[in-house]
Amino acid sequence: MDLEEAKEFKERCTQCAAVSWGLTDEGKYYCTSCHNVTERSKEVINTGAIPNTKIQAISRGLKRKRKLEKGWDWYVCEGFQQILYQQAEALKTLGVGPELKNEVLHNFWKRYLQKSKQAYCKNPVYTSGRKATVLEDNPSHSDWDSEPDLLSDFSCRSFVESGTDSQPDGCPQKPFPISKASQSETASICSGSLDGVEYSLRKEKGIVKMTVPRTLAFCYLSLLWQRETITLSDLLRFVEEGHIPYINAFQHFPEEMKLYGRDKGIFAIESWPAYEDIYKKIIEIAKFLDLPRFPDITEDCYLHPNILCMKYLMEVNLPDEMNDLTCQVVKMTGIGEVDFLTFDPIAKMAKTVKYDVQAVAVIVVVLKLLFLLDDNLEWTLSNIAEKYNEKNKEDKPWFDFRKWYQVMKRSVDEKKQKWEEARAKYLWKSEKPLYHSSIDRAVVYKRREMVVSLQKQFSTLVDSAPTVEKKSPSSFQFNWTEGDSARTCFHGHGLQGILKKKGQSMTTKNSLYWLSTQKFCRSYCKHVTTYEESNFSLSYQFIINLFSFLLRIKTSSLHEEVSLIEKRLFKTKYSKTKKKSRSRKGRKY
Amino acid sequence: MSDFSEELIRPKTEDDQEESCLFSGTGMSFPWLQKHIGTVATGGKKEKDFAQTTNACLSFIQEALLKHQWQQAAEFMHSYFQILEDSDSHKRQAAPEIIWKLGSEILFYHPKSNVETFNTFADRMKNIGVLNYLKISLQHALYLLHHGMLEDANRNLSHAETWRYGEKSSSQEVLINLIQAYKGLLQYYTWSKKKMELSTLDEDDYAYNTASQNMLNHSWKTSVNLCALIQTPGVWDPFVKSYVEMLEFYGDQDGAREVLTNYAYDEKFPSNPNAHIYLYNFLKREKAPREKLISVLKILYQIVPSHKLMLEFHRLLRKSEKEDHHKLGLEVLFGVLDFAGCTKNITAWKYLAKYLRQTLMGNHLAWVQEEWNSRKNWWPGFHFSSFWAKGDWKEDKALACEKALVAGILLGKGCRYFRFISKQDDEVLRKKIKQIKKSVKKHSIVNPGL
Repeated sequence: MDLEEAKEFKERCTQCAAVSWGLTDEGKYYCTSCHNVTERSKEVINTGAIPNTKIQAISRGLKRKRKLEKGWDWYVCEGFQQILYQQAEALKTLGVGPELKNEVLHNFWKRYLQKSKQAYCKNPVYTSGRKATVLEDNPSHSDWDSEPDLLSDFSCRSFVESGTDSQPDGCPQKPFPISKASQSETASICSGSLDGVEYSLRKEKGIVKMTVPRTLAFCYLSLLWQRETITLSDLLRFVEEGHIPYINAFQHFPEEMKLYGRDKGIFAIESWPAYEDIYKKIIEIAKFLDLPRFPDITEDCYLHPNILCMKYLMEVNLPDEMNDLTCQVVKMTGIGEVDFLTFDPIAKMAKTVKYDVQAVAVIVVVLKLLFLLDDNLEWTLSNIAEKYNEKNKEDKPWFDFRKWYQVMKRSVDEKKQKWEEARAKYLWKSEKPLYHSSIDRAVVYKRREMVVSLQKQFSTLVDSAPTVEKKSPSSFQFNWTEGDSARTCFHGHGLQGILKKKGQSMTTKNSLYWLSTQKFCRSYCKHVTTYEESNFSLSYQFIINLFSFLLRIKTSSLHEEVSLIEKRLFKTKYSKTKKKSRSRKGRKY
Repeated sequence: MSDFSEELIRPKTEDDQEESCLFSGTGMSFPWLQKHIGTVATGGKKEKDFAQTTNACLSFIQEALLKHQWQQAAEFMHSYFQILEDSDSHKRQAAPEIIWKLGSEILFYHPKSNVETFNTFADRMKNIGVLNYLKISLQHALYLLHHGMLEDANRNLSHAETWRYGEKSSSQEVLINLIQAYKGLLQYYTWSKKKMELSTLDEDDYAYNTASQNMLNHSWKTSVNLCALIQTPGVWDPFVKSYVEMLEFYGDQDGAREVLTNYAYDEKFPSNPNAHIYLYNFLKREKAPREKLISVLKILYQIVPSHKLMLEFHRLLRKSEKEDHHKLGLEVLFGVLDFAGCTKNITAWKYLAKYLRQTLMGNHLAWVQEEWNSRKNWWPGFHFSSFWAKGDWKEDKALACEKALVAGILLGKGCRYFRFISKQDDEVLRKKIKQIKKSVKKHSIVNPGL
């Protein structure tokens, strides 16, 4: 064995991950710690059994590796630009107007590059040595319209590079990348992008650094600007269902944009986007970009609570007649006002309305007004409705809460089960594995290969028809039909059993109400209320669970939104109830 | 397949004993599940959704396996493989074993699976991570055995036997021993087949010599393979049994005795009733003195007082000259009948009835009372209720008679069981019942006068 010669070989052992190689008599590499003999030996054998060829084989191996790792010179922000581009394209195929990509998102991104001093400014942040930055030199760089040009420009350069690589000794025409490559090999901290290392180290006050989750914030801001019919929860659901690139978005980078080392930390994502988290990022980015007041959200906009309420009433199979009540609540609470709804990042307290959560909260409040949801009245009212429906089979049926509950419970449980299974089956790892340093490369690729081959083997055991078929994107998750008893549609059912005439107008038979939160938290802990499930009635828990599953949000955030609506609705009573311990109170329309 | 893994858990070191203790009593053990729970509990940071996926996936697989939904299990398995790429190195390293266990279970039962699929899977898993090579090789061989592919299994074991991992192989010595022992067991199988063939041949036959030579070769190889394992503490019943059989066949009685004595008496070995049974049977074959046999069974009595050998033990004690052996003989009988599984053992009741009379005639009332005191609270309900009396009479009249006699002696004439049986009018048994009544009158430990 020859330990000296084996020093050139720096890849990790695939068995025990150590870098400690010896050479066997046959010229194979073996790991001195676990005695594993590498695959590299195969190459040696293939090239011939003569001992002298082994050195050649090794050098060829190393060269081939370098060729794989070197691609175009690219910057981290270009990577994000790529992701945004893919996302915008995906939104376009979902039916969003082309202006979103070409004008709005493009402008937001330009503004971001400018604000973060990466481009469109006198002194871009790029460090002195690389001042000749691609960003400024290349006029087409951030121009969305000329994306194809950008690509062709890149491929031109790659021609040049592949030319140099094909020369056996690789005379260094481009000093920067080559020196960087050798440097990186010694330091073992490196990146495929030019500024990956610096980027991950950069911490500048007042600058919002780009991350993959923030790309979604950009998407949502553009959607909001365009007043598109996609809510934040829809957007995140589309991400989860794979209609919008997010996890492993780097997979679809052009072949020559190599990612490794620090790029892994920047572009690899191992979690689904969470509503609250992205919501915060949206406000953060909007403030950072110093965006002006967004276009008004008026009554004819999709995001207006009246329309969203209608949509969600349909989604959860509640009677259309309830829309009157939701509109009234919206009016009384003032959450339908343009000023309330429109996002204004430069306002003193920048905050945007969670349109979807709010609309759903209004529906919860209306359900509470109608049925009280105290595990008692709703069932009494259901009995009345059931009797009426039995007697009057020809008439428009009264809404029966119990029947609705049974249908919904079954559908939601089914859906949830499917959703959980789909989540458990989700494949996170990209086809292009990312590795930290070049010595990890072989191990990572080997691991990938292993997983793929195991998966291949087991996929033969699975039925040919995949159980989780890819859903086509839809803003509706449920589908109700008249006639099918499992999916009975309640849209046409009436509320006569629950309302009574009082003079000209109708009022609810139920005159009681209870508040979801009696006392709001006034300290600085950011949350205004907490949600301890067991303190609430089972019906309320069911409703909250149903809606929060629909929006993929935490139950506590929906509960909070309900409480906030109630706070607006019972403003006067709130000041009084401070003294009262019981918060049940009468309420009439 | 679960049997295989149990066998693998045992020979490991103390660390693992803790683990198996946790599950003793439940009858089911998922050591890897415990490990899994451990890692979840320690995660301080917010768990990534990737981990959530793999965790959820694991529980779906477990559920599917419990419900024997192999198809579903395979579907989830497809996704679970990605744990091999987990960025958490602890989980990544623990993964191959979990994957192997789940995957082999699925492939064992899945309708679309076959030996070839299993082989491919096993060969692939052997080379993921160093530590599992031997375990997987062994289980792979057991799978092949199960499918009757003895030669392939043997080849597999030979392959595993020669595998070395530098430092890591020393910690797995037990596993290597186990692999060798299984190889030995396979050789034993061939040997005993040859032995059968040999017994059909005539000694003068030309073929006889070659065949016996062949056998000799085999036995030699086998003993080498088995020897190392049975030196190590553990439960090695099949190995010990076959090893002893070969030794005995070639007349090495001393060697066989040594192996069995060591297996039964070495304190490092876990307590194992079979070890004593083997030794007892061997000594019986050897016609060892009664004293010796008694001493072996005494230990078995302490471990398994309900073992069927206990009746034999009682006979030995009864025949012994020593008084304390006689006393122990009574204890043993009472001990056997303490167990629900032995309540209908007519021999035990017969012995007890006979021996009670004998003991009382020998003026050892104290012995009987000593045994009876601890049982008088529950034996009447356990053995001598009128329900039992009716049932026993219906099913087995001879048993009922023996029991009635015992009941009468222990509880007196007034006892329900005795009364029920004595009232029965049966032509055949009339005489016997009369005798019983007489015996009870004479021997009952309950004094009716008091």
